[in-house]
Amino acid sequence: MDDTIVAISTALGVGAISIVRLSGSEAIKIVNNVFVGKNLEKVGSHTINYGHIIDNNKIIDEVLISIMHGPKTFTREDIVEINCHGGITTTNKVLQILLNNGCRLAEPGEFTKRAFLNGRIDLLEAEGVMDLINSKTEQSRELALNQVGGKVSKLIHNLRQQLLEIIANIEVNIDYPEYEDIPELTIQHLNSQIENIKTQIEIIINESENGKIIKEGIKTSIIGRPNVGKSSILNKLIDEDKAIVTDIPGTTRDIVEGTLNINGLILNMIDTAGIRETKDIVESIGVKKSLDLIENSDLILYVLNNNESITDEDIEVISKLKDKNHIIIINKTDLPKQIDETQLLSKNIVYISTINNKGMDELKDKIKEIFNLEKIVTKDLTYLTNARSLSILKQALKSINDVEVGIKNEMYIDMIEIDIKNIWQKLGEITGDTYEDELIDQLFSQFCLGK
Amino acid sequence: MEYEIIVVGAGHAGCEAALASSRKNHKTLLITSNINNIADMACNPSVGGSAKGIVVREIDALGGEMGKVADRSQIQIKKLNSKKGPAVQALRAQIDKIVYPQEMIKVLKNQSNLEIMEAMVEDLVIENNKVTGVLLKNKTKVIGKMVILTTGTYLKSDVLIGSTRTRKGPHDEEPSLHLSDNLKDLGFQILRLKTGTPPRIDKNTIDFSKTRLETGDDKYLSFNHDFIYDYDIENQQPCYLTYTNAKLHQLIQNNLEKSSMYGGLTDIVSVGPRYCPSIEDKVVRFSDKERHQIFLEPESVYYDDIYIQGFSTSMPHDIQEKMVKSVSGLENAKILKYAYAIEYDAINPTQIKQSLETKIIENLYTAGQINGTSGYEEAACQGLIAGINASLKLEGKEPLILKRSDAYIGVLIDDLVTKGVIDPYRLLTSRAEYRLLLRHDNADIRLRQFGYEVGLIDEDRYQKFQEKLNNIKELETLLKNKKLTPTKEVNEYLENINSAIIKDGITMYDILKRPEVDIEKLKRFIDIPYSNEIIEQVEINIKYEGYINKALKEAEKMIKLEMKKIPENVDYDAIHNLASEANQKLKTIRPTSIGQALRISGVNPSDISILMVYLKKGERND
Repeated sequence: MDDTIVAISTALGVGAISIVRLSGSEAIKIVNNVFVGKNLEKVGSHTINYGHIIDNNKIIDEVLISIMHGPKTFTREDIVEINCHGGITTTNKVLQILLNNGCRLAEPGEFTKRAFLNGRIDLLEAEGVMDLINSKTEQSRELALNQVGGKVSKLIHNLRQQLLEIIANIEVNIDYPEYEDIPELTIQHLNSQIENIKTQIEIIINESENGKIIKEGIKTSIIGRPNVGKSSILNKLIDEDKAIVTDIPGTTRDIVEGTLNINGLILNMIDTAGIRETKDIVESIGVKKSLDLIENSDLILYVLNNNESITDEDIEVISKLKDKNHIIIINKTDLPKQIDETQLLSKNIVYISTINNKGMDELKDKIKEIFNLEKIVTKDLTYLTNARSLSILKQALKSINDVEVGIKNEMYIDMIEIDIKNIWQKLGEITGDTYEDELIDQLFSQFCLGK
Repeated sequence: MEYEIIVVGAGHAGCEAALASSRKNHKTLLITSNINNIADMACNPSVGGSAKGIVVREIDALGGEMGKVADRSQIQIKKLNSKKGPAVQALRAQIDKIVYPQEMIKVLKNQSNLEIMEAMVEDLVIENNKVTGVLLKNKTKVIGKMVILTTGTYLKSDVLIGSTRTRKGPHDEEPSLHLSDNLKDLGFQILRLKTGTPPRIDKNTIDFSKTRLETGDDKYLSFNHDFIYDYDIENQQPCYLTYTNAKLHQLIQNNLEKSSMYGGLTDIVSVGPRYCPSIEDKVVRFSDKERHQIFLEPESVYYDDIYIQGFSTSMPHDIQEKMVKSVSGLENAKILKYAYAIEYDAINPTQIKQSLETKIIENLYTAGQINGTSGYEEAACQGLIAGINASLKLEGKEPLILKRSDAYIGVLIDDLVTKGVIDPYRLLTSRAEYRLLLRHDNADIRLRQFGYEVGLIDEDRYQKFQEKLNNIKELETLLKNKKLTPTKEVNEYLENINSAIIKDGITMYDILKRPEVDIEKLKRFIDIPYSNEIIEQVEINIKYEGYINKALKEAEKMIKLEMKKIPENVDYDAIHNLASEANQKLKTIRPTSIGQALRISGVNPSDISILMVYLKKGERND
């Protein structure tokens, strides 16, 4: 717990400079032992120092070293950051030297863990950092940064303050029943204040769910009858975005087989194997499998052939799309029109031709439109990037419903206050202001997951 | 002279402590500096109030005396918050200041195993950090196995009026000059606290026509659980309400520097109670308020003093005269006793354990104002617990420690020893997290069992209590089994009381969950042969079941954390990553459980997790 840890804190191979970071009471001393330049143990805090890392009197790399004395650091311990210039091999060598001189390789997330244990960041921020480490795209990173900056913390603190004022008013009425100076909080007044808080919480929940989509990606499936051009559409999307197609285990039982990045919006393609390997998806796996896929997806691209009439099968599957985010793609517009799409009663129809390279931009715009990406300006998003916080917020919303029931049943205001306090406490769990045994256990287990 | 238990001070804490230990058959000596001031009500002429009234019920449930003596000496009684929920209702009684001490002295004098002595205690006799007796001013040594200090405001007390500071206690009594220095030498941190009292005026010089009458309730009420003392409900003594005004506020502002607290005295280091501000404080801090309430309360039917509640001040006498006369109805009022502020020494209560034994001196207990509290009820309940626990220690038994979910007494003691005090501590309902469980109506259900187990509740009273519990169960079963059927008669009645009609049979228990239905109304359909006390209990349990269950669940969580014990010998300096504030706090307070550690201000969740990891590591190493 109190030893000095080290890790390469930039992605290897990306960018010209990589940073090796140390934290712990021995950090400065250890680096000083392998450094030629100023005596790092004598330089001031928060200074950058030029020099060389050496090994057995041999210069390994030319470096800039930042010295930061605790507690004004991320971990509240002494931190040293070494900016290496020599590429992957040299950076690895520097790391090796430090390990040989008494550092321990940091476990994933250990800097954050120390920051948390030393009281540098609250739970929310800690979890925000974990998400930052995990974030997949630039957009997600911005979201994570918002959280680290304490934006949601501030919002939640604010809500708690409003609740605290209500609670205080009720309690003062109880403790000083005969004092006329303090107005009695009426049910009507309470009601309007609670409705206001409810709205704010609902906004955070809604935005958080959008945020989740941005961060974790949209599970997308392409379905349709044989020969409508599903694999061409997939290949077209992949080509244009140079998407990486890998076998990444998804968060659910399905397998994400490819990740497309459409202007920062992640599409996780599921069950693409079906499209790629068999020509006849609906025939080979049947309507039932199509329905399973629909059930499992955030977005369904249903492909029809411009040159064919709509079948009963199509109608059956499309009828299930009503409550899902979906786009009906009418492909092969280069061929004569046979289709009567008016019977589909859907607004989300896009016409494309993979052969003539037409309509792909419209398809992407439609996707963005559905997920409202244009409207989601990440800087203004106030939301929780973490499932635990989100579920607590939903519990708080449930307590608000209890308050509403209490108000409706004309319960005594001091009874209703029990649920108000509960909301206040729940919100505190998000920012770490109230303590819960399980919370810490959960957090530790999250750190150990290897993020 | 040799005793098992010596109680120093015969105020509200001292009386309860001495009665508890002597009733538990321990030879007890109660020492007071003035035998005429036993159980004196030095300040307001009332007992109870929000939260405090519930404490008096708790004292009674455990076998203490305050509730019974208050019932015998009350001249007006009412239930506060009667329009609010059952959890926040509490009794407050106006007390006759002559009768209360007389009644208490009677009880003390009739108590076997108890001697009363008039003397001033100057020092403690200590051997190996263990108290073995007290030393009197006349240098006599009194030997005692346990000593309970309940010194009130008498430790080095100074009375402050305007620009004068006089070393004396209330009523011009002799203060204790040396005891607090000696406590300091033993290692106690001494706090300097302050409280104040308003002027008393002559009843015959008040124009009551300019005030509003405040009467007692027209229903029999009592603090104690066992007897009904008859009183004349029609002829309770009235109180009166009047207000301050702009003229008075201006007068105070103009003379502010003459008040001891606002410049009259320059050497004030003490902290007064936030919850009981002086009239100067009110006018200065709430300058936007046009008026403040003032209650005129009789002190006794045997003399003419009227206590001006809400008017405590440390202005000089001439200004007090002008202040009083500027209040509506008091234009010609004659001051019989001037207001004053009083400064006194107390010990830092984080230096005592939950049992009220001090951490540094074994067998020494402290209770009441010496622990930094304010109020008769707060003092009495601590005295009772100190008396019980000193006795239990003599008997070689574990102390009685009430949890925050058991009693307001538990909340009070836990707050004191965990958080310490800055200003004199007053109990408030808002200090209790589980106040729905800590009700006026169920004090006996919560605590009588404890009182019986420690030996302060006799068999008779205990049997009666058991009967009550059985009756509650029976009535609940009855209501669960009896159904209301949708007959014409039933539905007509339901319509009549604005309740939805029923289509199927519904148990009495379930229909009682409707806000507009109560047991009284069901009596037309079913025979309910139980007393009002039983009916009230069952009705509360049914009507607020959902809320009560939530509170119980929360309390269980807390109890789980209380069960995570922290060994007494933890070396906090060995836990490197604790924030230094947390380290300091944990070292002084030495919480006994994770639950208690969590309540220490300045100890953050991250510190707790570090502590838990450390303790877990220790477990693994063992």
